Amino acid sequence: MPSHNSIAAVYFIVTIAAAMVLRVMSIWPAMNIFNPDWIVLVLIYWAIALPERFGVFAAWSVGLLTDVLTGRLLGQYALIYALIAYFSIKEHRRLRQFPMIQQCLFVFGCLVLSQSIIFGMESLKAGNRLSLDFWYPVVSGALVWPLVFLVLRYIRVVARIA
Amino acid sequence: MLLVTDYRGSRLDALRSLLAFGVYPLQSLASLPVDTFESVSNTVISYVELRKENRRLKESQLVNDAKLLRLAALEKENIRLRVLLENSFQLGEQVLVAELLSVKLAPYEHTVVVNKGSRFGVHAKQPVLDANGIVGQVVRALPNSSEVMLITDPDHAIPVEVNRNGLRTIAFGTGQPNRLHLPFLANNADVVPGDLLVTSGLGGGFPAGYPVAVVDKFESRPDKSFANIYATPKAELDKSREFLIVWSDSTPVVLGEQHKKLVEPSSADPKHAEP
Repeated sequence: MPSHNSIAAVYFIVTIAAAMVLRVMSIWPAMNIFNPDWIVLVLIYWAIALPERFGVFAAWSVGLLTDVLTGRLLGQYALIYALIAYFSIKEHRRLRQFPMIQQCLFVFGCLVLSQSIIFGMESLKAGNRLSLDFWYPVVSGALVWPLVFLVLRYIRVVARIA
Repeated sequence: MLLVTDYRGSRLDALRSLLAFGVYPLQSLASLPVDTFESVSNTVISYVELRKENRRLKESQLVNDAKLLRLAALEKENIRLRVLLENSFQLGEQVLVAELLSVKLAPYEHTVVVNKGSRFGVHAKQPVLDANGIVGQVVRALPNSSEVMLITDPDHAIPVEVNRNGLRTIAFGTGQPNRLHLPFLANNADVVPGDLLVTSGLGGGFPAGYPVAVVDKFESRPDKSFANIYATPKAELDKSREFLIVWSDSTPVVLGEQHKKLVEPSSADPKHAEP
């Protein structure tokens, strides 16, 4: 159905926009250092659930928007998200069979990769020493993965996107 | 990777501002909960508190007015003295009030987003103030918003001088909120805790004479050639929600004409007195 495709696209856009809002929101300033990268979690979910609809290029475009949103160098998150989407799509059959713990480990690995790339780029840009706080979002991201997974699966089932 | 290398130039600025139009609604949406909380708490503020605030503001208004009266006289005198020294005088600054968006870019950087951008003529490297002192500078102006690097960012440095004796140095951000570091002063430098640091105007980025920070710790290190000095910013970096973006119009004005205008009234006074 051609109309079904566009409905799925609307759901992609809405969930990713919500993730972007969560990414930059600071309601509780003390918790800011733990704020995980919600966008990448949503990207991983859609890449696993609907690999034939959600491709590397879509992830790259989302990454470019994230770069503008967070004021990074253009292309930094684009590269990261494209890489993560590539791995997730490549392994999506295996990832779907994984129990939740193993999925969390996969997400943890992705986040470590992403944060390492950012670390490298920040170190290239300036000699700014980053503290240990920099790595907290990796752990918190892996911990909130089950929540993101369940919410998005609920949305997918209710909206009957397959 | 191509994009990253391409960003070395400013060729991608157009693309960035285009994408910023799409992203701006998301930023304002993210800022919404805190903004609504603020406005609600403003609405339900009690009558008594308002009365109290009103009285306090009136008092401070009176004090400031009195100060301004003196300032006007001092400014005139300053211009006159500068004319005597045949020096040029710097024009005053223009300001724009910008409100903070409650948006977090990267937790390890001290960068904030304000709601005025290049549509209002904001451009990079502009100094940003609040009511108490220097806040930081604009690092990137997007159409609807701009990113401001605070003076406490570890990548930020600002030329300052000690207000008491004019000793000049550079203050670095430390990455901790409310802490600046002055690493380039000798162990015997004449700095004591409580000294006010003001912008020196060197380097041209910041206008001269605005308060930056107050020295709170002087640690002399006998084994090193420089002392460790820490200062607390005057601006309320974590509390203010309104910032002033400044256009420092530093084109020097030749005071030839103004000289006559200023001197004439004083020389004209005796004539009026004669008849």
